[in-house]
This record gives sequence, structure tokens and C-alpha cells, in this order.
Amino acid sequence: MAESARTSLSLREGPEEGDGEQSGLPSLRGDDLRRHLPGVEPDRTLTDWGRSERVERVLDETLVDFMYRYWFRAEVEGIENVPASGGALLVSNHSGALPPDATMIGKAIREEHPHPRPLNITVEHFFKGYPGFSMLLPKVGAVAAHPANVHRLLYDEQQLVLVFPEGRKGTEKLYKDRYRLRRFGRGGFVHAAMKARVPIVPVCVVGAEEAAPVFAQFSLLQKLTGLLYVPLTPTFPHMGPLGMLGYLPAKFKLRFLEPIHFDDPDQEDPSSEVQTVAQEVRARIQENLFDMLAKRESVWFG
Amino acid sequence: MSGSRRILITGLSTYWGGLLARALESEPSVEAIVGVDNEEPSVELERTEYVKVGAQHALLRRVVEAAEIDTVVDTRLVVDSVLTTPRLAHENNVIGTMNLLAACGGPQSSVRKFVFKSSTHYYGANQDDPAFFDETMGRPHPPGTPIERDVLEAEASVAEFADRNPEVTVSVLRMANVLGPDVRTSHKDLMGLPAIPMILGFDPRYQFVHEDDVVHALEHVVKNDLPGVFNVAADGVLALTEVAGLLGKPYVPVLSPWGTGLAATVASRLGVRIPPEMLAQLRFGRGVDNRRFKAAGFEYGYTSREAVISLAEHLRLHPLLRDAAEPYRYEREVEEFLRWSPNVRNSRPKEVVAAMAAPGPPPPPVDHYDDLEAEEVLPLLGSLERADLEALREYERGHRGRESVIGAIETHLSPPAATP
Repeated sequence: MAESARTSLSLREGPEEGDGEQSGLPSLRGDDLRRHLPGVEPDRTLTDWGRSERVERVLDETLVDFMYRYWFRAEVEGIENVPASGGALLVSNHSGALPPDATMIGKAIREEHPHPRPLNITVEHFFKGYPGFSMLLPKVGAVAAHPANVHRLLYDEQQLVLVFPEGRKGTEKLYKDRYRLRRFGRGGFVHAAMKARVPIVPVCVVGAEEAAPVFAQFSLLQKLTGLLYVPLTPTFPHMGPLGMLGYLPAKFKLRFLEPIHFDDPDQEDPSSEVQTVAQEVRARIQENLFDMLAKRESVWFG
Repeated sequence: MSGSRRILITGLSTYWGGLLARALESEPSVEAIVGVDNEEPSVELERTEYVKVGAQHALLRRVVEAAEIDTVVDTRLVVDSVLTTPRLAHENNVIGTMNLLAACGGPQSSVRKFVFKSSTHYYGANQDDPAFFDETMGRPHPPGTPIERDVLEAEASVAEFADRNPEVTVSVLRMANVLGPDVRTSHKDLMGLPAIPMILGFDPRYQFVHEDDVVHALEHVVKNDLPGVFNVAADGVLALTEVAGLLGKPYVPVLSPWGTGLAATVASRLGVRIPPEMLAQLRFGRGVDNRRFKAAGFEYGYTSREAVISLAEHLRLHPLLRDAAEPYRYEREVEEFLRWSPNVRNSRPKEVVAAMAAPGPPPPPVDHYDDLEAEEVLPLLGSLERADLEALREYERGHRGRESVIGAIETHLSPPAATP
């Protein structure tokens, strides 16, 4: 987050120095602020994040349900690794032109988990600025991947958040590079989990690469449309915008791995541990992906 | 109530300025309220003194010094570009704030508290915003509209003032979009339209604050010492489609997602004014974290949803009441008469009368006693209680000392004493 230092008004306060405590003011990010979260207004159909239970339910009962049960025939392992209460950060591999993986992970938690919970999916800021996406994505539980958003969801609201540390590098990669994880950014997701004192649950998804394979990227079209990328898939662009939804019926397998807890959340210098943990999470996902692929007999039937 | 006894309110003619003055008038511990503005106040005021002065440094400083002001509440900031021209807004927001701060600062100044009403336009509305801005966050990009630039510059000079005057408690309140029956904002104008215009493909998040809560928030920081910055926004962030639903109006995505500025120009030609800072909000929306001010003890009367509902009710009733209530017009002579004339009996609250008379000896128990001649006083004595008679005797001795009056009081006092 870019702080404009010249104009940011800090006055004589600041949680770091503890001045706020002395003058009887609560610190800006203290535990006690959680008590002041707004209550739920039962007459509303949207949450403060813009999530709509109604839109979500309609989609969930129709399209998503069909995809999950019959098209992708999703198989889930290790759902018990998703905590039944409290915040947790789910970290997954990412792929596909219009990635179906996030929706399937959310659906798996709703279907298989003994305590179904909503999943917040972090997406690029780009979508907030693009007409259509901007209106629809928040309604189904997408949240811009801003560190402050992730922190509020994990720490203050104790919810489940899904991140793809590969980001768009994951969705841009071509079919020939399938299941080979890209770089995991700068490990910002580990930092977020440590700060919020929640566990990280690594997730492996097999099948999404074949469901929406990307054969090439059109850089000129991308510039013209202002989209993140314009891929060549089996059905796009020659079948129009809806071709983005033309998924092939690959068999989906999801594996939730053991959560990683942080022993000492208040340590002095977390930066070295951030990199170590980020590497570890990436290695575990990669290892399990190869394991799942080795056991897979057919792309279409599992 | 902390030390605030002698209060200066700038922007008395603004909705907040006027209502804040009125709210503070009923506080017995407030000795003096002085309101400055270059336009006349728009609400009826009991004991607030209105001084017609712009934000010129030298004059303001003299007012502050002469009245020994200890608390300055600055409600002047214009955050809606439909209300004035960008040049006048800049003059008021940036230059005016600098002048006011110059009038309050310095080692000899009596000012101990400075309250600044700002706006969440400070954060702007951008693509890469967090969903909830808290007070420590800056905006991700430099401001693009004149009003937003003004807010940033004004806050920067307030921050500088706070650094240079550590003995002054500086509170900054960043208000979300204000709604309510009485205040006029561009968003209220928008919601008054038969259908809510939107940008195609966008459903921005909006957080509001009710006009009453704004006045109460200002009152809260005047009464409590709360240094620092606070977001003032009601609970609940609504999507614009949800707002339209609460208003019972359809929404029409008439503004094109590309070339929206041009579309807004066309709309303004057709009579729907959409200022640039509102365009950014119509696209990206904005939510703020309001928990810090709640933790500081403030309780909101309305949620965002209730603020919209209260506006919806007003909008439905408005056509029926249009001619019923004449708006208040400031008439200097009438106000002066009501405030200072000794012949006004009923309009002042008791505590005000008490406060006005407090420095001198207790008043005589007979109204306008000083204006009465001895022969007019005598017939009144029979109707007075014993205690009042004694008080009147003391008063007469201390003032005009007319023997005839004192004698008459003595006679009225003696008979009951003689026959127990």
C-alpha cells in the first residue's frame, strides 16, 4: 500500500509509540476494536463487503452444483484440515483461463465440511475496475487482494480466505507448463497469516489445468481490450465471451493439506521466517500435486 | 465536560455550524459561543453571537483574542463541488483553513482545542483501495479532483498546526457521505431523481452518515478530549443497488463505463449534475473503518441503511410539505432584539438567564424592577412571599435605596412577625 507521506495526517498519535494508550485512546489496531465491528442487520441481503447471499445461493444451486457434481465430478481429500471455526488462510495452486478452481474449493467446503462456512476469494484489484466483473464478483464472495482486506477478514472477522500466491502468473501460464508452480510472490500471504495469528491450509487442485487449457496469449488483443490477458483456449475467442466458460470435463481432485500453525506470532523479526514458510508451503503443494498426478490414470476419469 | 467554555464556531451558516451552536447553547457550562461566517446563520439561535467576518487572519485573530476563545470548531470545509465553484471552494477550504490556523496558533494564544471537520474524500475512490480505510491509511494515488486536493491540503495544514502547537488538542473528523432531510449534498440530489443513474457494470459500495450524527459527533469531540483523526461513518456499507431498493426507485445504468466524464457532461446539460469526485465514487465506491470513533465512546443514532430510509421517508413527504414550513431567515434586528432586549421574557432558557446574570448580585424578585417607580412598586408588595420581600429589601438597599420603598417592605414584613 502506497502511503502518501506528505499528506498523511499522523498528528501526535500512533500505535507504535503507544501514545494512544497514554491519552486513554484505544490503539488503532488493538484487540478491543473487534468489539466495535458493526452488527448484522437482518433485513439486509448484502454484507458490508458487497456479498449477496441470494445471488450466491442461486448460482450455487444451479451452475456451480452442476459443475461440481457432474461436469468435474470433484473428489475431495482432507477436508478436516479446514478448521471448523476461527480464521484460516487457504493457499492453492492456480490455473486456467477463467479459473474454475476457486469456485470448486468454495463448493467443496460447503458440500463436504461438517461445518460449512463461506469462503472469501481474493482477486486482483483489476476486477474492481472492469465493468461487469466489478458488479458481479463481490456478490459471490470475491474480495480485492489488499493486505488490509485480508487482515480484516482473517483477524477481525475470523473468516476463511483463499489466496493464490502465484497470482496472474499462474493463470497466464501455458498448457505446456501445467502443474509447475510459479514463484510465490514475496510471501505476503505468510505475513498476513502470521499477523492475524491464523493457520495456513495448503490446497492442491488437479484438473483445472486440463479443464481450461491455455495454448497461447494474445498480447495485442490484451492491450486493446484492457483485460488482464486474452488467452487462446479450446473455445475462446472463436466462440465469443461465453467461450471463456467452455470448460472441458476434466476430473477434479482437491486435496487439503495439514494446516501450518505459527508458534510465536510476536517474534521480533518475522521476515526471515516468512520466506522459509513461503518456500515450505510451495514445496508441499508441488510435492502433493506430483503425487496426485502420478496416481491419476486418466485426465477425464481420474 | 472538559475545558471547553468559550467556543468559536466557524461556518455558522452551514448546516452543521448552526446546529452545533444550538446544541451547545443548552450546555450550562459553556459560557460563550461565538459564530463567525460571512453569510448569516440559517438556524434560530438563542445566545450564540454571530460575527459577520470572512476567514481573514487579522480579524479572526482579534475575535479569538478578544473573546478568550479556548475551543475552535471548524465546520467550514466544502466537500461538495455542486455547492460552489472550484475557485471559491479552494479559497474557503485551503486559504481559509490556513488563516484560521494562523489565528489560533502561537504561544500567547488562548486556544486549547481545535476541531476540524474533514471528509472521507481524503481517501479518494480508486481501483486498488482497501475495502475499509482506517485512519492510518493514505490514499494510493494522488488526488485527481479539486475538492479532494483541497481536503488533502487542508488536512496537511491542520497536521502541521498540530505539530507546532503540542499544547492544543487537535481532533479531525473525516465524515462519510452525509444524508438527511435538511442537508443538501450532491448525493441527496442524485437520490431525489426519479431513477438512480449508475455506471454500466458497476455497483459501488457506499457508506453514509446521518446529518444528526454529524452534529453529535462534533459535539462529542467538543465535550471530550480526543486528539487524533477519526472516521465518522455509520455502520453498514451498502451497494448502490441496495440504496436504490431502499429508496424504492429503479436504477438505470445510463453512464457508459468508458468515457464516463463525457457522459457526465451530457448529463449535467440535461440537468443532472454529477461532480467529478462523485464519478469516482460511482465507479469504485468507498468504505471506511468506523471502529476507532466508536471505541472513543461515540454512539451512532443511525446505520447507513437507516440514514437512507430516513431520507427516503423525507423524499416521499417532501412534495406535500413544500409550502408549509417557511425556512428561517436571519433578520439581524429581530435577532438582536430577541437576544439582548430586557423586554424579552420568554424566549431565553432559564440557565441562559442565570448565566447572563451570574457575575452580578442576585436579581430582584420583581421583573424589570429597575424600571419601576416607587408608587408602581408599592401595590405589588402584597403579592410577594416573605423571602422575596427580604430579597427585595436587600436589593433596594444595594441599589437606589428609596426610603419609601424600604419602609413599605418593612411594614409588609412586620405584621406576621408580630402575630406568631
